[in-house]
Amino acid sequence: MSRTIPAKRGRPAAAPLPQRKNSLSLRLKRISRAWQLYVLLTPAIIYILVFKYWPMYGVQIAFKNYNPVDGFTESPWVGLTHFIRFVNSYQFGQVVGNTLWIAVLGLLIAFPIPIILALLVNQLQSERFKKFTQTVLYSPAFISTVVVVGIMFVVLSPRSGLVNNAIQLGGGEPIFFMGSAEWFRPIYVISDVWQNAGFSMIVYLAALAAIDPALHDAAKVDGASKLQRIRHIDLPGIMPVVTILFILAIGNLLNVGFEKALLMQTPLNLSTSEIIQTYVYHAGLQQAQFSYSAAIGLFNSLLNLALLLVFNTIARRANQATLW
Amino acid sequence: MSLTTNPRPTEAPARTRTTDQGRPKQSLRDKYGDRAFNIGATAVLLLSILAVVYPLYFIVIASISDPNAVYEGKVWLFPSGVTTEGYERIFADSRIWNGLGNTVIYTVLGTAISVSTILCGAYALSRKDMPGRKILMLLFVITMFFDGGLITKYLVVRDLGMLDTVWAVVLPGAVGVWNLIIARSFFEHTIPNELREAAQMDGATDFTFFFKMVLPLSKPLIMLMIMVHVVAQWNSFFDALIFLNDDSKYPLQLVLRNILIQSDVSSTGTTGGDIASYAAAQRIAELTKYAMIVVSSLPLMIALPFMQKHFTKGAMIGAVK
Repeated sequence: MSRTIPAKRGRPAAAPLPQRKNSLSLRLKRISRAWQLYVLLTPAIIYILVFKYWPMYGVQIAFKNYNPVDGFTESPWVGLTHFIRFVNSYQFGQVVGNTLWIAVLGLLIAFPIPIILALLVNQLQSERFKKFTQTVLYSPAFISTVVVVGIMFVVLSPRSGLVNNAIQLGGGEPIFFMGSAEWFRPIYVISDVWQNAGFSMIVYLAALAAIDPALHDAAKVDGASKLQRIRHIDLPGIMPVVTILFILAIGNLLNVGFEKALLMQTPLNLSTSEIIQTYVYHAGLQQAQFSYSAAIGLFNSLLNLALLLVFNTIARRANQATLW
Repeated sequence: MSLTTNPRPTEAPARTRTTDQGRPKQSLRDKYGDRAFNIGATAVLLLSILAVVYPLYFIVIASISDPNAVYEGKVWLFPSGVTTEGYERIFADSRIWNGLGNTVIYTVLGTAISVSTILCGAYALSRKDMPGRKILMLLFVITMFFDGGLITKYLVVRDLGMLDTVWAVVLPGAVGVWNLIIARSFFEHTIPNELREAAQMDGATDFTFFFKMVLPLSKPLIMLMIMVHVVAQWNSFFDALIFLNDDSKYPLQLVLRNILIQSDVSSTGTTGGDIASYAAAQRIAELTKYAMIVVSSLPLMIALPFMQKHFTKGAMIGAVK
């Protein structure tokens, strides 16, 4: 290890002469002097070792036939068998397709809406209305996923739901929203916007608040309209935040909303609502095919990681803010 | 979407706008443009507010209305045939009370564990003079981008013998790396090095400095962390779903899921009979669901105005990185 230790400012040097042969003992001294910091860090380290790295180590069962007696390490290797079985299974196309569908829809619809809302809210003159709008729009973020899906079931119920009552009032036929495959995606995305757009908006509002007001004043003097100022001052101003959140959203593309999809599943909408992660849950935890489902989960993680790397590189090429 | 790729707001292109066009005329036109924009923006926001509020309002009025009126679509703006039966049934349902009790325990315990682990860890990681800081930080950051997956997590928790215990609910998700990063940058930005050096001159150890100086100076962060974890733990159901079998240990959200979504009406007091009474029972069950949504969301909604300030602050810490 040849990492240099950051110089300490304003602290008397511990050893009288940091000679070369002393550097190891010097380093040990620095480490031992920081022991209390390591103690503070220990619980967090233990946590990630046990609950993050141990499962990561266990991912090897994706290439094995896991059995509880042999555990992660001793179970026999089977190579790519589980991956091949997944790719050849009839669910493969459907499950991967469904996952990409809601991921892409979410990105195209649910990602830009908070930005637009923030730009609009930021332009409001009245501070009180601004605050009120913020509070109201972000309140659904505090409702649990279970309750949001519960609301869907009652509000969209074919017999007594609010929406179907309105449809019938307009002379239409009631629709069994939660029990039809073609409605799963729209409901999924709309409810996502309904619940989270207001909360995501807050970050953009914070970024907008950090823009120098002198820019707006100067533009006003030059006769720029509000729309022009949004386009030429506000949007470029929040672009770094937008890019970073976009890359993070890509990195989580295939993970988000799994709980909601699981809750929204009914036997009737499985053909669109079964996504990779819910499939892992069903195959793995309900049918105890641990290795097979771990392989599918690993497939999902790797796909995700690949997307993240690709988009981070694109952002770097485009000279935008990047994660690293 | 046409997003500009100019990352530097300081070179605002608006400055390059020439002034040689008829200025008064243009600003007049822009005034109308701006007014139209204001009206449009306000209209869009009002519609958004309505879209958020109305479903919630409807659920509140439906929860106190005669279920038959709701069923026939007569309830739109005001409750009709006010009844508190839905609420009475909830309060008589032992599963709800039991779930609520469990949720309170899990929330308090989980929040205490998470917040203390994150604060201590983040402070250590914020200290630039801690040898190995970068590698240790990397150890955390890696877990944001790659994760062992659901199955191996389940097997680890099982191997630890935690299935069906409180620990399975509060430990596996205890430390979110994102929260750790937020806390670390808070410490980096608000605790000046000079303060620490002065304290060290006076003989303070890292422990005394952290507990006596850093924590009292970090109240906004502590509040934020507590609230983030209370909300998350209160609302979570999935860990309980996979790690708990014993339904006496179910948290409120899992109980709600079974009743609201799986339509498990068994103990809401309805027993099968003829079709008419079955239909009536169905309607009562719906009424109970509305009431249940209200009751379970109320605590956080009441706390919302109080929490808002802290969450907005947190978003800003997050935005600054």
